[in-house]
Amino acid sequence: MEVLSTEFRIQLVAIITSFVLMFLVVRLILRGKLREEYSIIWISGTALMLLFSIWRNGIDVLGSFFGVYSAPNLFFFAAVLLILIYLLHISVVLSKLQKQNKSLSQEIALLKDKYEDKAEK
Amino acid sequence: MTKVLIIIPAYNEEASIGNLLKEIRSTGLPFHYTCLVVNDASDDETAREAVNAGGRVLNLPVNIGIGGAVQAGFLYALENDFDYVIQLDGDGQHPPAEIPKLYNRIRNSGSDLVIGSRFLAPGGFKSSLMRRKGISLLSFLLRLLSGTVIKDITSGFRIFNARAFSILAEEYSDEYPEPESIIILSLSGLNVSEVEVKMRDRQGGVSSISASGSVYYMLKVSLAMFFTFISLKSK
Repeated sequence: MEVLSTEFRIQLVAIITSFVLMFLVVRLILRGKLREEYSIIWISGTALMLLFSIWRNGIDVLGSFFGVYSAPNLFFFAAVLLILIYLLHISVVLSKLQKQNKSLSQEIALLKDKYEDKAEK
Repeated sequence: MTKVLIIIPAYNEEASIGNLLKEIRSTGLPFHYTCLVVNDASDDETAREAVNAGGRVLNLPVNIGIGGAVQAGFLYALENDFDYVIQLDGDGQHPPAEIPKLYNRIRNSGSDLVIGSRFLAPGGFKSSLMRRKGISLLSFLLRLLSGTVIKDITSGFRIFNARAFSILAEEYSDEYPEPESIIILSLSGLNVSEVEVKMRDRQGGVSSISASGSVYYMLKVSLAMFFTFISLKSK
């Protein structure tokens, strides 16, 4: 039953996963559910995943370039760092949104009050 | 004529808001005032109860927190040229009978903000021991950062003049804004003082700060005071 070697099977899974993720991101953009600003990050993220699932030695090449003892560690380090930076960015965006949301609510409440005041007169 | 706005932030206070408004009216305050209930998108009948009791209601479309609600009141006061703003909790902890003390103090002293304080005189409701310890810690932090001595730093029973509330209409924290606003005003060169008042235990509803929330409260408020200090000092 050994049609495919173990290494090739895991590579296939990685490639398929990357494609599925890329497909999901593209679909979200096409439906207008993801701002272009974020789509760049997600597309490049999935593209990188795809690159390293096809180019199997890529991670080792990079690892020896940076002089890392174990190549996957480099991958985890980079991934965690990028995710943290991105989360920080999302927190900033959320804070800004919350501030704008607050101002809008206050403005609406004041306008509604003025409007009702006029309607009564 | 002096115009005074009484801001009552309310979130799900249907049980107490009507009585509070009636109590304010029967107190017979010695000045011209408007009661403004800022309804922070309550799920209950707070707005209707307030209207029935003769209050003016500002309905926020979504829940933005007590700070945002009070700030909406400041904006209202600014737009309608009020001279003073009184902030009063919607749960009935702050007896309207004590309002004249605040009013007289702000008119007769040079203060821009006068805080109703539980801790200056014996008697009345004073909260739990742990909370009092927390409050005195924050009070110490305020003294350290701004030199202002205020014992009841978290009190939400306060009166502002136009100079004070126009600053806070621009910058006011969403949650637990009281200590932060004191440091903003005193570092902006305004005078803040306190006057003793008696408070009651809440008349209905539940406190916005739970036991586990207290740790978060202390952390959040200390950090906010510290960052406010740095950003105002570096201006």
